[in-house]
Amino acid sequence: MEENTSSASRHKIDVHKKEHKEEMIHQVISFILMILFTFIAFGMVVLEISSYFVKPVLILLAVIQVVFQLYYFMHMKNKGHFMPAMMMYGGLTVAFFTIITFTTIIWW
Amino acid sequence: MSNAIAQQRGLAAAIWDYMTTVDHKKIAHLYLVSGGLFFLIGGLEAMIIRIQLMKPDNDFISAGLYNEMITMHGTTMIFLAAMPIIFALMNAVVPLQIGARDVAFPFLNSLGFWLFLFGGLLLNVSWFTGGAPDAGWTNYAPLSTTSPGHGIDYYVMGLQISGAGTLIGGINFLVTIINMRAPGMTYMRMPLFTWTSFITSTLILFAFPALTVGLFLMMFDRMFGSAFFDVTAGGNEIIWEHLFWIFGHPEVYILILPLFGAFSDIISTFSKKRLFGYSAMVFATVLIGFLGFMVWAHHMFTVGLGPIANSIFAVSTMAIAVPTGIKIFNWLFTMWGGSIKMSAAMLWTVAFIPSFTIGGMTGVMLASAAADYQYHDTYFVVGHFHYVIVGGVVFGIFAALHYWWPKMFGKVLNEKLGHWAFWPFFIGFHLTFFIQHFLGLMGMPRRYWTYFEGQSLATGNMISTVGAFFMALGTLIFLYNVVYTAIKEPRASADPWDGRTLEWSIPSTPPFYNFKQTPLVRGLDPLWIEKMEGRKGITPAEPLGDIHMPNGSILPFLMSFGLFIAGFGFIYQVDHNAWFIAVAVGMGLTLGSMLTRSLKDDLGYHIHKEDLIEKGEGKE
Amino acid sequence: MSQEDILNPKQMPSDPEKATPEGKNKFVGFWMFLGGETVLFASLFGTYLALVRSTSGENTPENLFGLELVFIMTMLLLTSSLTSVYAMYHMKNNDFKKMQLWLGITVVLGLGFLGCEIYEFYHYIHEYGFTFRSSAFGSAFYTLVGFHGGHVVFGLSWFIALMLRNRKRGLNLYNAPKYYIASLYWHFIDVVWVFIFTVVYLLGKVG
Repeated sequence: MEENTSSASRHKIDVHKKEHKEEMIHQVISFILMILFTFIAFGMVVLEISSYFVKPVLILLAVIQVVFQLYYFMHMKNKGHFMPAMMMYGGLTVAFFTIITFTTIIWW
Repeated sequence: MSNAIAQQRGLAAAIWDYMTTVDHKKIAHLYLVSGGLFFLIGGLEAMIIRIQLMKPDNDFISAGLYNEMITMHGTTMIFLAAMPIIFALMNAVVPLQIGARDVAFPFLNSLGFWLFLFGGLLLNVSWFTGGAPDAGWTNYAPLSTTSPGHGIDYYVMGLQISGAGTLIGGINFLVTIINMRAPGMTYMRMPLFTWTSFITSTLILFAFPALTVGLFLMMFDRMFGSAFFDVTAGGNEIIWEHLFWIFGHPEVYILILPLFGAFSDIISTFSKKRLFGYSAMVFATVLIGFLGFMVWAHHMFTVGLGPIANSIFAVSTMAIAVPTGIKIFNWLFTMWGGSIKMSAAMLWTVAFIPSFTIGGMTGVMLASAAADYQYHDTYFVVGHFHYVIVGGVVFGIFAALHYWWPKMFGKVLNEKLGHWAFWPFFIGFHLTFFIQHFLGLMGMPRRYWTYFEGQSLATGNMISTVGAFFMALGTLIFLYNVVYTAIKEPRASADPWDGRTLEWSIPSTPPFYNFKQTPLVRGLDPLWIEKMEGRKGITPAEPLGDIHMPNGSILPFLMSFGLFIAGFGFIYQVDHNAWFIAVAVGMGLTLGSMLTRSLKDDLGYHIHKEDLIEKGEGKE
Repeated sequence: MSQEDILNPKQMPSDPEKATPEGKNKFVGFWMFLGGETVLFASLFGTYLALVRSTSGENTPENLFGLELVFIMTMLLLTSSLTSVYAMYHMKNNDFKKMQLWLGITVVLGLGFLGCEIYEFYHYIHEYGFTFRSSAFGSAFYTLVGFHGGHVVFGLSWFIALMLRNRKRGLNLYNAPKYYIASLYWHFIDVVWVFIFTVVYLLGKVG
């Protein structure tokens, strides 16, 4: 009986280990992509591509990087992250309005 | 003799107990007492302002002192009176309403209180060190950056410290409400006071960081020579205005929302009806919270942001009238056909509805950007915001205190004296502020030290001052009631109002672990459901077992005290470098206490099942 | 749950950071705090963007910023984010030694980042005479980047304190949540840095 439970729990641990491993693979992939985006971002600036094109693309790359960071590195894609996600989006909404304000209606 | 010593020791032990407590009910007492004290100080400042404006060409106080009075009146009332009293109510009630034994972070709860208190004390020390802040509670640059002396520095450091406390308190209540609800207490079964506390905490979380940054920039400009608001070095004063109002507008919703919740609970209890349109009320609260972040520039219509920005903010401001209207109608419909009992709490509540509605009406008037050019910075604005803050927040605080006093202090406030306090305050309130709308329309600017004869402003100001004395009388009667009740009134039962929510299912005052067994919630107004089914109390969700409780700690006091010392250091290092020693000592105390907290395990303790049975009900 | 079960759990669950009520509270509470921090940094970014053109003399973003150092700093911080992910991976597998090792590497990378930042500031002040007081742009730049640097210092101290405190006793249900939220904090620092290197340095260079 005891053996049974211990083998069951052993099995459970193995399952978890496997899950962790899979998650790790996702995280490494996102890390590689983040590095790639960073190279592209710096590269575009060094190569002095037209600023009308570069500016929005740089912002876009930053946003994608942050999404990777939040969802994969900080596990926001996992279960039990509803409230954290709500609060991050709340903060980001206020942040968005703040930035828009400071780039448009401050007299210059 | 020995008795006196024993009493002294008893007093010292009680003080030490309060200094180290992490019990949310005791922290509620601390918040209420210190908030109440600051309320009296702020009220005294208001009386001095009104006496100065009583007649034309008055010189009761000097112009400089008058500037300090108006600044400190506004700052004290918002940050040091209204906020802490709201936190007192939240601490006293929210954990009980959701069936929790404690808040999520008892230690941080205590830290939040002490930060607030030491921040408030620091701000008020300025009276004795050569002049209080004098740039208005909004502290606009460059008036503030060029104000001589250290008054503004006290404003910056005091608010920075107490603001940190508020932020911590807000996070604590968010997590408490998310994680600590009793089994069955789904979000859509939470009492309205808990709901509004939840939304208020969210607003605190997102609004206060903007103030933090604004205060840091102000601090750097005044104390370390940076150039954020210095136009000659490329700075921009509008940054302060935006940061202040990105915080400042949500702040007024932070103040009023919890009291909307309290009114909802009070109306439903004293009308003996379930709240009309519960889900609409929740939805309206969330919507007010959301819109509250999109309207701040209506304080800045005359800054010159341009017609597009002004129009956007005008429309979003007017939109807030919709969810607020939903609430007003739901309160009225709750009372409709109910068996209403006009207790003191209900009296304040019923008086709130028309008073606040008037404030809401003038709010919509002010929201019209074009018309606002006429109203801006006149007594019309002063009348408007006192109608919403006094008619909403202060009436709400009185109502909520009458309602929850038995739960907080074990006795029902004397009803007769409650009515006696209400009438002079209510009449005085309308006398003071209604006439101010007209003074404003006649052209009287706000914040002016005096006015001349022959400007037709004398009569109106006299009426306003007389009203202020009526309000002071009402406040004094309320204070007398507090003392009278403590001495004369008998102990209250668990459920003096025939209540509907969980806090009335446990003794008044509750034992320090609140619920012997965690309650099982079976619907909205859980206690009422059990009563209707003929049961005496709430069905427990668990068998009697050991209860885990947190340990008390002096560290929150020390951390806050350290920042208090460091605050002086920052303020005076401009004069002499030796003051950096105070910064080092204070920060050392704070960071050392933080490190101690981090390194020393604190697992709390357990109350054993056997002790719970022996102790029985209601003993502390 | 008794204290014994928390300090010396017989068997570690697969998510030790959320196994106790206190852990759950810490987890949610810290995310709330990060939501607030988002607004804090947004206010700083907003102030920076409002004042970025308020330069004095030659000290404009185009002239000041060198991309080589910023690239190195970005790589250091980005890699340290991955190493702290590794540390959390080993925490979930209850391998304390490897967790401490990866956290140690994280700390080293973080210190490298901090060193670069100090060098950068020193360089601007002494080579260019570009200081906190020289223009509104200077005030805004040092405040924004300095706030981020302050967060790095706090994060590193936090990691070091945790590693030293628990070096002998290993992982349990009391300290696992602390490790977890410290690593969340570290990731958030990286999130902010992504925007700093994009908005301040790259867009500053593009002009």
